[in-house]
Amino acid sequence: MTDNVAKSNGTTPAAVPASGLAAKGSAVVKWADDRLGLATSQKKMIRKVFPDHWTFMLGEIALWSFVVLLVTGVFLTLWFVPSMGEVQYQGSYDQLRGVEMSQAYASALDISFDVRGGLLLRQMHHWAAMIFIAAMLVHMMRVFVTGAFRKPREVNWLIGGVLILLGVVEGFAGYSLPDDLLSGTGLRIADGLIKSTPVVGTWMSFFMFDGEFPGEAIIPRLYVAHVLLVPGLILALVAAHMLLVVYHKHTQWAGPGRTEENVVGYPMMPVYAAKAGGFFFIVFGVTALMGGLLSINPIWKYGPYDPSKVTAGSQPDWYMGIAEGLLRIMPHWETHIFGTTWSWNVFLPGEVAPMILLGVMMMWPFLEAWVTGDKAEHHILDRPRNAPTRTAFLAAMMSVYGLLWAAGGNDLLATQFSLNMEWITRFMRVAVFVVPVLVFFIAKRWCIALQRHDSEKILHGYETGIIMRSPEGAYSERHLPISGEEAYRLTARARDNVVAAPVNGEVEAKGARAAKLRAKLSTWMFADNVQKPTAQELEEAHHHAEHEHELEAGLAHAADGHQFDGHHDVAGEELRH
Amino acid sequence: MTDHTDNSPAVPAEPIADPGIPAHLPRPTDVDPKAARRAERQVAAMFIASMLCAIGFAVAYYTFDIKDSWDTFLGFGASNLFLGLTLGFALLLIGVGVIQWSRKLMGDHEISELRHPAASAESDREKVLADLALGLEESGIARRPLVRNTLLGALGFLGVPAIVALNDLGPDATPSNIKKTLEKTFWKSGIRVVNDVTGRWIKASDMEIGQLVNAEPEGLVDAFDPRATAQQREDIESRSLEGAALQVAKTKSAVIVVRMEPKDISSATAAWAHEGIAVYSKICTHVGCPIALWEQQTHHLLCPCHQSTFDLADKGRVVFGPAARSLPQLPIEVDDEGYLVAKSDFLEPVGPSYWERDYK
Amino acid sequence: MRLLNRSAGRLSRHRRGPVAGLLVILLGLLMAGGLFAAFSSSATAENSADGLTQSQKIEAGRKLFLLSCATCHGQNGEGVVAENGESNLGPSLVGVGAAAVHFQVETGRMPMAATGKQAPRKPAAFTEQETEYLAAYVASLAPGPAAPTKTDYDLDAVKGLSADEQRDAIVRGGKLFLTNCTACHNFEGSGGAMPWGRYAPPLKGVAKQHIYEAMLTGPQQMPVFSNNVLTPEDKRDIIAYIYSVNDKKQTPAYGGFGMKGLGPVAEGLMAWLVGIGGLVLFAYWIAAHTARTHKKEDA
Repeated sequence: MTDNVAKSNGTTPAAVPASGLAAKGSAVVKWADDRLGLATSQKKMIRKVFPDHWTFMLGEIALWSFVVLLVTGVFLTLWFVPSMGEVQYQGSYDQLRGVEMSQAYASALDISFDVRGGLLLRQMHHWAAMIFIAAMLVHMMRVFVTGAFRKPREVNWLIGGVLILLGVVEGFAGYSLPDDLLSGTGLRIADGLIKSTPVVGTWMSFFMFDGEFPGEAIIPRLYVAHVLLVPGLILALVAAHMLLVVYHKHTQWAGPGRTEENVVGYPMMPVYAAKAGGFFFIVFGVTALMGGLLSINPIWKYGPYDPSKVTAGSQPDWYMGIAEGLLRIMPHWETHIFGTTWSWNVFLPGEVAPMILLGVMMMWPFLEAWVTGDKAEHHILDRPRNAPTRTAFLAAMMSVYGLLWAAGGNDLLATQFSLNMEWITRFMRVAVFVVPVLVFFIAKRWCIALQRHDSEKILHGYETGIIMRSPEGAYSERHLPISGEEAYRLTARARDNVVAAPVNGEVEAKGARAAKLRAKLSTWMFADNVQKPTAQELEEAHHHAEHEHELEAGLAHAADGHQFDGHHDVAGEELRH
Repeated sequence: MTDHTDNSPAVPAEPIADPGIPAHLPRPTDVDPKAARRAERQVAAMFIASMLCAIGFAVAYYTFDIKDSWDTFLGFGASNLFLGLTLGFALLLIGVGVIQWSRKLMGDHEISELRHPAASAESDREKVLADLALGLEESGIARRPLVRNTLLGALGFLGVPAIVALNDLGPDATPSNIKKTLEKTFWKSGIRVVNDVTGRWIKASDMEIGQLVNAEPEGLVDAFDPRATAQQREDIESRSLEGAALQVAKTKSAVIVVRMEPKDISSATAAWAHEGIAVYSKICTHVGCPIALWEQQTHHLLCPCHQSTFDLADKGRVVFGPAARSLPQLPIEVDDEGYLVAKSDFLEPVGPSYWERDYK
Repeated sequence: MRLLNRSAGRLSRHRRGPVAGLLVILLGLLMAGGLFAAFSSSATAENSADGLTQSQKIEAGRKLFLLSCATCHGQNGEGVVAENGESNLGPSLVGVGAAAVHFQVETGRMPMAATGKQAPRKPAAFTEQETEYLAAYVASLAPGPAAPTKTDYDLDAVKGLSADEQRDAIVRGGKLFLTNCTACHNFEGSGGAMPWGRYAPPLKGVAKQHIYEAMLTGPQQMPVFSNNVLTPEDKRDIIAYIYSVNDKKQTPAYGGFGMKGLGPVAEGLMAWLVGIGGLVLFAYWIAAHTARTHKKEDA
């Protein structure tokens, strides 16, 4: 199958220049290699191939915004004082001068008002954090919808899931550090959440806050978690994530010359290094522009945290939005039994449901692999339409996420769009169950319709928009064959295999139940999909088309409609695709 | 390298053969030296602009005042704005320039690299397994279960110091500790209900129908009523709290005082109220946000965090939202001088639920 | 117009020479303005331009009232009970005082165009003089809170305050604002949601007098903050704080465009639209195919 695939589309792709930079650098390389022996490990790295596609850069946004976080974060640590000790503010912000506040809040104000560039770096840090988690999520969606999580990349998929979780924890810890009114309100809610945990909730709360909320310990503790523990874990996992990407080599889209056995793209030196390095500066630059132009978390307006104060529009940062939405739409269920209190209204939405949502996403690759029984490695990505059930599942999950996010801002929806909070909440209680199902069916049918459309294109060509009239007076639209490259791109995918249910009595009862479930899931996932045409079907279609072409014999080139209106001579023109 | 083990019987032939990597087409910059030089100048111009922006950053850093007298530009903080713009463009222009360089001028021949299966070679795998087996055999771990099991036990017991060492993260949540902390507030019989921030006493006769007061027990506010005598001030000061203790106390003791038409409120509410003046905990029973969004005509109190709504005319009953329990009411009376005072502490724990809440 | 300005309105102990000079001038101007306003308003009160006596004003007010208000509030302002007997069609106005009339009528909330969840702010239906007559009439029904004077609600109109005292008053106002107001009206007065489609309106751009009167009288669902509990001075400081944080001179938008002060939800939206949106566009450009040519490559 790969016999006729060229190794490169260039004539002299890797002509090594005999002189120039390389020669000048050789002394350095020699010195280093004598001591470190790097050449062996790097010989395949320098010209390592990375495929080019914009969706392959989403993870990079996350990576680079994490680097921005490290850089700006280090700057902030030079001034931030992680202490809840009380001081009287005597800084530059007039409206708070003389107010009692924690040192953490006072130092955050100082960074904002008394350190040149401090406010910029604080805002960049916050924007980068929001972008970091958003980029991880978008990257995860891309990996999911293209099936890039399949063998051999399942472990990297799980690492990614843990990274998202750590990112959220890291973000929440950072949000809590300035000790402004929103920080404290967020911590207060976290305390309520922890306390709702059955059996150990109160213990965990007392341990976390060194006694009762808010205490004096939480900010120093969160600080260490925020600047050392969690970033350390993230860094280690990011390193593992990247190493696995290098080891597995990047996935690629189907296309001419792209197979499961190769990877086609540009070499790391120079093109990919330039593109990735350049993108780092772009991410950094965009963050700086946002920090300069868009105000984020104006802590001076919230005032210092006081457990008896609150503001309308008390919301967490966006990535906690689904937990907030879940908390808001949960009915007020609480059970008192045998002298114990079960706060379903807090425990389920706050701790259980978000974990279930993430858990289901993390487990999907294993479910899919079990159903298909596929043990092969996959490096060619699925187009989303070619895995309708998977794509529809993601669409459904996205709709849940979106609805919960909206529910977390129901008060703002109410004021901004003159709606009624209570009805939004009631609507959401039903919608989070109904809408995903609807979205699933619509997305799945949509994918299948697109698959059918692809099939049509392969078999009968694309629609030119040209209406032809036959000598008999019948009208029909002219179809023209698609290019060979395009046809290959559309057909370069595996056929889905629906697992049949076992015949009764064939296997033992226990195994049979699993096999039946597997058959059912397999039918659910694949039975309705449109498979690519076989060679025979294609043959027949072409035969049919040739017959049609005969009717149009005499045309020296493709018809585009102007042949007959006499407006201009079309010789030499190409039909636009 | 593929180990396609799918059990489909006969895979139909691929309908379209792989045409292979398409032929390379040069870019205008590859064939037209003028275009190449233009691109070169373009990229260099971006790098020069970036340098200028970097210098601009330094200029903005020293030019614009912050602290007490922020310079402003169109109403924005000039320092932040110009530092952000200069730094942003200094970075962005490097990025865009490098990428433009790669797109226009760097070699752009697509190349193909062969993949290898993620798995190691079969021989390597066998060697590792054999070595592992040999190692385990030589260690005797299978033959000497006593050593193995005691070692596993010892490692397991290391969890004990690991867990025990964390015990001093905080006090134990024993029932007696919880009684002394979560279930006790600053309120007790005779403590005056005072305005938060100003510390003003609240005279029952000063409260109008529909009035809301965000209040605290006297001693948790860092101010005195102007009518307080020196002696009273001293008394209050001796009871007052500061720092973390104050924050902890406020978390449980903050209240709201409302006055409703006596005929509008339930008899149970009235029993702990004074002429329609009722005092409720300000701390939401859901997850503990302070609540003060009171509607004087419906008597409903809304939590801004998760929209639990409580009816203050009826014992703080939940009328909407995720909160499961009524808002605790504080029993009050008026003292000799006509000021609102607590009759006792809250008779149930305030704030969010916890496991041991119903322990007797 | 100079684009680059020193923040002249800021008050601080570490004043700089030129800024301080400007500040003194500005303060002087403000005080002069305040004085003028105080005098001119008291002048109209004593010696009304239309030359009507108090009882004539009340009579004029009664006529307006019967035309525009009586349908809901009753012939004598006693209120009208709706047919279901539960809620008032229009509440009794006996004892609400002149302050309530000024607030409701001048902000256009009354007369209501239609009964609804809440009377929205709209252009005022009555002239200043007509409002005066209505207020006189309603105040004559029973004693109630009178309209405040300028020194009650305007810190700038208070004479003899040093810059430090003025700043301390604003700081104090901030504490009171965060305690009593932000819960409904949001941390910078952007407004917020209330049950069943009602809302706490934004405070930005609302006249100082109206903020004061709203606190004093508790319009619609808003609770009352009577003068005996939240003193006129407290109210004045709160208003001064609201104005100081929303004034571009005293509180510039330090960090840039503020997205209407709606907090983290608006910020999240920006992170997605501008941050992720912008970076994805860049990614698209980075990976996009460059222009190709059919010309032959030079050897």
